[in-house]
Amino acid sequence: MLKQCEGSHAVAEAVALSRPEVICAYPISPQTHIVEGLGEMVKAGDIKNCEYINVESEFAAMSVAIGSSAAGARTYTATASQGLLFMVEAVYNASGLGLPIVMTVANRAIGAPINIWNDHSDSMSQRDCGWIQIFAETNQEAADLHIQAFKLAEELSLPVMVCMDGFILTHAYERVDIPTQEQVDKFLPPYSPRQVLDPAAPVSIGAMVGPEAFSEVRYLAHAKQMQALELIPKIASEFQEIFGRDSGGLVRPYMLEDAETVVIALGSVLGTIKDTIDEMRADGISIGVLGINSFRPFPVSAIRRALSHAKRIVVLEKSLAVGIGGIVATDVRMALDGLDKRIYTVVAGLGGRNITRSSLHRVFRMAMHDQLEALHFLDLEWSIVNKELDRERTTRRSGPIAENILRDLGQTKSNVG
Amino acid sequence: MGHQDVKFYQTGTFTVGNRLLPPEQRSVQSEIERTNSLNCGHRACQGCGEALGARYAIDAAMRATNNQLVAVNATGCLEVFSTPYPETSWQIPWIHSLFGNAAAVATGVAAAAKVRARKAGQQLPEVRVIAQGGDGGTTDIGFGCLSGMFERNDDVLYICYDNQAYMNTGVQRSSATPPAARTATTMPVGEHPGNDWGQGKNVPLIAMAHGIPYVATASVSDLRDLEYKVKKAMSMRGARYIHIFVPCPLGWGSASHDTIKLARLAKETGLFPVFEAEYGEVTNVSKIRQKQPVEAYLRLQRRFAHLFGKKPQVELIARFQAMADQNIHKFGLLGNDKAVVGFPDSEHK
Ligand SMILES: Cc1ncc(C[n+]2csc(CCOP(=O)(O)OP(=O)(O)O)c2C)c(N)n1
Ligand code: SF4
Ligand SMILES: [Mg+2]
Repeated sequence: MLKQCEGSHAVAEAVALSRPEVICAYPISPQTHIVEGLGEMVKAGDIKNCEYINVESEFAAMSVAIGSSAAGARTYTATASQGLLFMVEAVYNASGLGLPIVMTVANRAIGAPINIWNDHSDSMSQRDCGWIQIFAETNQEAADLHIQAFKLAEELSLPVMVCMDGFILTHAYERVDIPTQEQVDKFLPPYSPRQVLDPAAPVSIGAMVGPEAFSEVRYLAHAKQMQALELIPKIASEFQEIFGRDSGGLVRPYMLEDAETVVIALGSVLGTIKDTIDEMRADGISIGVLGINSFRPFPVSAIRRALSHAKRIVVLEKSLAVGIGGIVATDVRMALDGLDKRIYTVVAGLGGRNITRSSLHRVFRMAMHDQLEALHFLDLEWSIVNKELDRERTTRRSGPIAENILRDLGQTKSNVG
Repeated sequence: MGHQDVKFYQTGTFTVGNRLLPPEQRSVQSEIERTNSLNCGHRACQGCGEALGARYAIDAAMRATNNQLVAVNATGCLEVFSTPYPETSWQIPWIHSLFGNAAAVATGVAAAAKVRARKAGQQLPEVRVIAQGGDGGTTDIGFGCLSGMFERNDDVLYICYDNQAYMNTGVQRSSATPPAARTATTMPVGEHPGNDWGQGKNVPLIAMAHGIPYVATASVSDLRDLEYKVKKAMSMRGARYIHIFVPCPLGWGSASHDTIKLARLAKETGLFPVFEAEYGEVTNVSKIRQKQPVEAYLRLQRRFAHLFGKKPQVELIARFQAMADQNIHKFGLLGNDKAVVGFPDSEHK
């Protein structure tokens, strides 16, 4: 059914339709509306046979999820940013134990300085945690991916993180086609666990493993993610058959055939990039974009295939590996190992900074003419940076950076005003 | 087989044989059908109080739940010595997740059991959940999750095996370590040897302050009392807490054969009050049978050796005695005294 609704609401409905049995919630912006919505649905009896638990921290949220999943219940939680970091030990534990928990990450920056706005630093910090990580481009896709995520998680017995841009998607009102219960039931069978805490057949889960088998356990985790590379497209096509929509998959090419310059990105910014590319194409520029839907597992072959004709690649990412540069770009580089292509990293949209079409036009054109630096920070305000660097050079007790910068900004503003 | 009726003086002693007792009074451990939930072959040290405590408690809980039990274990000695890859000593469904989250994982297991029961049209889940951990996993790193589980009154029995330090990592101080005790991080050097005075956390009292249905302390020296408390806890729903005193020969520097003796002395000195509380109020205490001086307890442990030696630290020993006497007063451990601690709660959860 078509609905004009908030992204968070669409996700809550999709989760509800997936018949979760245990939901644990701890609030953090911009995830709050999702768990609030689900709480209401459980209370109202719209989700049957489901326990909704208000826990005391994200660490507890993931821990409760571990317990309920290991005891055979379909389990969901959601978080973002500081919350994701607060639960990290349990995040690794969930994947190490092979528990098919589904979690939304409403992508948000990580402090300090504390910042509630969108970028991908939070989920990128967990790129090696063993969870499958899929990114939504639109609210429709966010809703669809959650339904797919339960299926994917349970088939592999691995947890899945559905990443959606905080505020940009979670708080945006868009038209979303909310599936029917019949459709979802047809697509998603009841959870049948591979391992379960059951007095009728006692097992020990989470035993200690030493050097004699630890590598093998880790390799198996990797092997499962490699299986996901096959399963993700398969599930997407099953989804399309039932729901009549193309959602999910590994990568999403747009205007790629014959494109000399290819932009790579994840999440909602793909929309702005596509608009920019439409305009550039109209000007006769050979450019396209490849959206990465599955970040973990990283679809190395699919990317390599999709980029075979490209001359240069611009990886535009909302994250920064401090001290080296790009995170996605590093993976893309690995996927293109041995191929002769220029790869540019553009770090953009950190802490919610707008990524505008005009800025994109500018960097894409610079890249086309191979005039872009290897690592470029989109719309970086150099005057702010230089002022602080200068202060630190000249003053020993230069003070807290964030405060300094805000003061500088205030001055700039008052100078202008 | 029939049983012999016992005279009163026999049941009141520690020596009474099980075969003399009516079946309902016999300990679970004495029965052939006991489940051996924590089976032999584990790697605990000789005389490990924690192994004993866990075995007693879980077998009793298995009996009380008709074997419908799941256990969640925090990281620590019990977890490590019971599941050396590729073996396990556990004869029950058991999960170890992390050091600090056992209470929360147990909440999850209980929630799943609840959903399963509801789907099967049952009012209450048949499968019951125990979370267990050491003092470090309970009073320190797992405390947030524990308090959350209490506060929500989740249907979990949490058992803390208190050996008064982080044993698994090599005997470091926890918030359950007694004052003056030598641990690897509170060495008997300097002007104030051993663990500092005036610190530490009384988790049974804090548990009571949550107003949960049941809190009890127990000791490996009193098997019947321990089993009774586990059984009672399993007959109730909601958040329950049992704190079991479990001497650790390795960490305390005590003889393996003194584990039970030490546990008994801890109770008989008043250093470890053994009691029960419901909804924040003390309902029952195990009275001291024959009051012992703290010295009798301290002297058997090398972790307190620096209090004795050539120049005994009489002042510190007296301070210990004062601690014990304060417990005796607070919990009414002698004669007809009544407990004066508690958190009366007019509105039960
Ligand atoms: C997050 C985390 N911090 C520290 C450790 C290291 N560690 C493992 S067991 C343990 C001590 C356990 O002490 P306690 O809970 O008292 O149990 P015991 O071994 O004494 O029975 C510690 C510190 C860990 N495993 N995880
Ligand atoms: S160190 Fe202590 S608690 Fe650990 S196994 Fe040995 S005796 Fe038991
Ligand atoms: Mg301990």
